[in-house]
Amino acid sequence: MALLEVEDLKVHFHTRHGVVKAVDGVSFSLNQGDVLGIVGESGSGKSVACLSLLGLVPSPPARVAGRALLNGQDLLGLDGDRLRQIRGRKISVIFQEPMTSLNPYLKIGAQLMEVLTTHERIPAADARSRSEAMLGRVGIPDPGIRMDQYPHQFSGGMRQRVMIAMALLAKPDVLVADEPTTALDVTIQAQILELIRDLQRELGMAVILISHAMGVVAEMSAQILVMYAGRIVERGAPADLFRKPLHPYTRALMDSMPAPTDGGSAAERQGCRERPVAGRRKRLAAIPGTPPDPANLPAGCPFAPRCPYVLDICRKTDPEERPAPENSGRTFRCHVDI
Amino acid sequence: MLKFVLKRLIGAIPVLWIIATLTFFMIRLAPGGPFDQDKNLPPDIMKNIEAKYHLDEPLPQQYTRYMKSLLRLDLGPSFKYANRTVNDIIAAAFPVSAELALWALMFALLVGVGAGTVASLHPGTWKDHSAMGLAMAGVCTPNFVLGPVLVLVFSLWLGWLPVAGWYGAADRILPAITLGAIYAAYVARLTRGGMLEILRQDFIRTARAKGLPESQVIIRHAFRGGLLPTVTFLGPAIAGIVTGSLVVELIFDIPGLGRFFVQSALNRDYTMVMGTALFYAVLIIFMNILVDIAYACLDPRVRYD
Repeated sequence: MALLEVEDLKVHFHTRHGVVKAVDGVSFSLNQGDVLGIVGESGSGKSVACLSLLGLVPSPPARVAGRALLNGQDLLGLDGDRLRQIRGRKISVIFQEPMTSLNPYLKIGAQLMEVLTTHERIPAADARSRSEAMLGRVGIPDPGIRMDQYPHQFSGGMRQRVMIAMALLAKPDVLVADEPTTALDVTIQAQILELIRDLQRELGMAVILISHAMGVVAEMSAQILVMYAGRIVERGAPADLFRKPLHPYTRALMDSMPAPTDGGSAAERQGCRERPVAGRRKRLAAIPGTPPDPANLPAGCPFAPRCPYVLDICRKTDPEERPAPENSGRTFRCHVDI
Repeated sequence: MLKFVLKRLIGAIPVLWIIATLTFFMIRLAPGGPFDQDKNLPPDIMKNIEAKYHLDEPLPQQYTRYMKSLLRLDLGPSFKYANRTVNDIIAAAFPVSAELALWALMFALLVGVGAGTVASLHPGTWKDHSAMGLAMAGVCTPNFVLGPVLVLVFSLWLGWLPVAGWYGAADRILPAITLGAIYAAYVARLTRGGMLEILRQDFIRTARAKGLPESQVIIRHAFRGGLLPTVTFLGPAIAGIVTGSLVVELIFDIPGLGRFFVQSALNRDYTMVMGTALFYAVLIIFMNILVDIAYACLDPRVRYD
């Protein structure tokens, strides 16, 4: 049995402007020790999908439907108290913004220790020594001194290390890393990813790595989900995806990423931001248009308005998820065989 | 921190000097004098009295005499209450005012922070609207209206509480509410705003993601930052409560300092006006320093050196 089994997850926000289908029928499973990557543009529903499992989706109140079995227990049916026991202990989250995700009014040590004192009945001294050890493990020098400092005394990269330490203190089964490197300098990004990978192997936990950058996800994950407009448009191993993307959106994501042969550094490959193109052989391809308004999705395939391969059928019927012709385990959701 | 406090205390000296000087000359500019209302005194006796209180000296000389005694913390004799010094009167009456102010402040904080927090946790609901509606009414109602209305309802109609006086615990309730209501209203609005701002911060989401119970999220993580606007307001609020007690003390016949302050101004009791004004000034300066220290304790990013 899989560690985490998500089936037909739907997160709908009922707003004045209509129903916003942030996540619309997402299914995936995660085994012990797996690394699953989720890629997509902002607003594709990748963060909301994961946060909704923990009841952490922001207001307006969302309607969450489907099933999410963690060790056979459906998270979506849990009441507040039971869910709180899952949060931070079974499933932990690292957020995108290390600068604002730590409480500026509390000492780092207090913020770490409360994870342990909330979930385990242990004396404060034990909580402190374990927190200190974890701070040291994530690469923060002088953890004993750092424990008594405030977040503003840490750099961005150091704060993200603190966030990682905080997430891993209670030894969770699943770590959700929601864009953990997006807000960091490129030089720090690689370090943080390496730290997450090392700790994942060491602790044997499963990781869901969410990013808008294909490169970040590809290096670490065994499997990648590509999300667009609240649904999974393609899934497969990174090597297969890179060799031959089956969905036009996946291909467009790849084309918008600098290729290694372009002379970009490893760090540069991890972001698909705009970079100066002087001296490059070709311009980076941007995906034309913008992601669709989730309250007002087009009929048919939601990617059709931006798709270079679009057919008449694409504008009328929404394609079903189907297995790739040559490779078992890969699926995609497109009418066209590109 | 010590350096900051010392700096503020030294900075208070010129402020107090300016207040003393302004009050000294302003009260003397006002028409009439301390002994005008007495029965027509024979000129000889009037002269004697003026000589006793050095009112016959030229103004600059009176000013330096008063300043010199100020340096010895001597506020001088009262012109109206024979045989009592201003120091005596303040020492006797201020504890009553201080107690009233303390009750009023406690009422304002308990009701204000409570209502503001509840409103911020349920924005846009009936809880929010009713708390904020009440707060709006509170802000708009002056205490000289609220006091008599409360007396009318709770003392005269319902007969639950005494009309006036300052003897038992029941006597504290209406004056404290009358004095504190407007500040409770302000505090409620500030708390709601501050908490709403904090509750949508990323670190609140982090606290929830850690699995903390909602009560911990609010008390440990949200209050620290959410109450900062309220703490900032405490300085002016304490000043307002202390001086606002003048009216409330008159309404409820409370033997506090406020009555003396108002009466002495009407009586042209020069030393008494000067003494109470300076005393209030010192009190307000001191409270503001306390608030700044509290601010630093709440927000570690604030540093004073």
